[in-house]
Amino acid sequence: MPKVKPHRARPSLDMTPMVDLAFLLVTFFMLISKFAPEEVVVVDTPSSTSDIKLPESDIITITVDKTGRAFYAVGGQQTRLALLDKMAAKYKLNFTAAQKQQFATMESFGVPIEQLQSLLDLSPEERKRAQQPGVPYDSVNNQLGDWIMQTRYSNPKVKIAIKGDNDADVPAIKGVIKTLQDRKVNRFNLITDMEVKPRNL
Amino acid sequence: MAEIQEKGGGGGKGGKKRSKKQSTKIDMTPMVDLGFLLLTFFILTTTFAKPQTMEINMPVKPDKEEEQQALKASNALTLIADENDQLFWYAGLPDAPTAPGMQLTDYSANGLRKILLEKRSNPNLTVLLKQTDKSRYKNMVDMLDEMNITGIRKYAIVDVDPRDTKMITEAKAK
Repeated sequence: MPKVKPHRARPSLDMTPMVDLAFLLVTFFMLISKFAPEEVVVVDTPSSTSDIKLPESDIITITVDKTGRAFYAVGGQQTRLALLDKMAAKYKLNFTAAQKQQFATMESFGVPIEQLQSLLDLSPEERKRAQQPGVPYDSVNNQLGDWIMQTRYSNPKVKIAIKGDNDADVPAIKGVIKTLQDRKVNRFNLITDMEVKPRNL
Repeated sequence: MAEIQEKGGGGGKGGKKRSKKQSTKIDMTPMVDLGFLLLTFFILTTTFAKPQTMEINMPVKPDKEEEQQALKASNALTLIADENDQLFWYAGLPDAPTAPGMQLTDYSANGLRKILLEKRSNPNLTVLLKQTDKSRYKNMVDMLDEMNITGIRKYAIVDVDPRDTKMITEAKAK
């Protein structure tokens, strides 16, 4: 009787489910990751031990960069459209439909309202390169205050956050805070980075 | 990796040379590698970006000056942020600071925090945060942050007094 040879199969693993899993996860992560909103100006915020998180919606962000320019941003396309109409009425300007559409898609801006139309006429690429002088907030011409007031009229729940650069000078920040206080906004947020809170005091 | 290589299967029998059948199986290992590489990349690059904030409540501006409460000198501590991250401080009120008068410190754990922790025993302690025009926004946040760390609840952001400026100049001249 001949010996029965056991059939030796080469050990192999089918990797297909593994690939499926990996790519499922990849697609999942690709879909949930959001693109960071485009910043007109880059600011480096100071760090603090505060761990309050900023809410996602109903928020006005006032960015103050190194040179003290103020940029205004408010979330929500509908809010922005309503806001622009109100401001246009206040300053007696007429925005075209195309300009309004551009404004609705624009995250933040930093120009006096007189220059806003010419900024909106630019293409997105040109707008990125455009020099924006900042929204004026001095006592004579306080457009920042008007923007804030009109936003609050259209959305009373709105919260205000100041995002200042490390090296922003104090007069600029104080000017923004004074603008808020003059309009009876006494609660606002300062956007900061993370820092570990020391325990052993 | 997944397929273990075997050396020369069933060789040395002589006879007919059978043409070897190529297996139709594809080695999926590189595919897995690629998948997981992308996966790790996406995991690492996604930031659940929700910026932190610090809440500030400014006092409501009283309509009349008389409504303002006077602050007792024994409960007052003034911090003045100045240029180059210098921090001046004194206890008491600007017209009559308690000894040793205006002093210089910094924002480190051994500077400002030590002072605040010493003063914290007074429950009515009110810290006045002032900033000269040459200081940075970071100094303001640092001061507010120290208040948060040391748990001092009563503090206010106020403007620099001319008397403070004078004292700072004197302190710098020393």
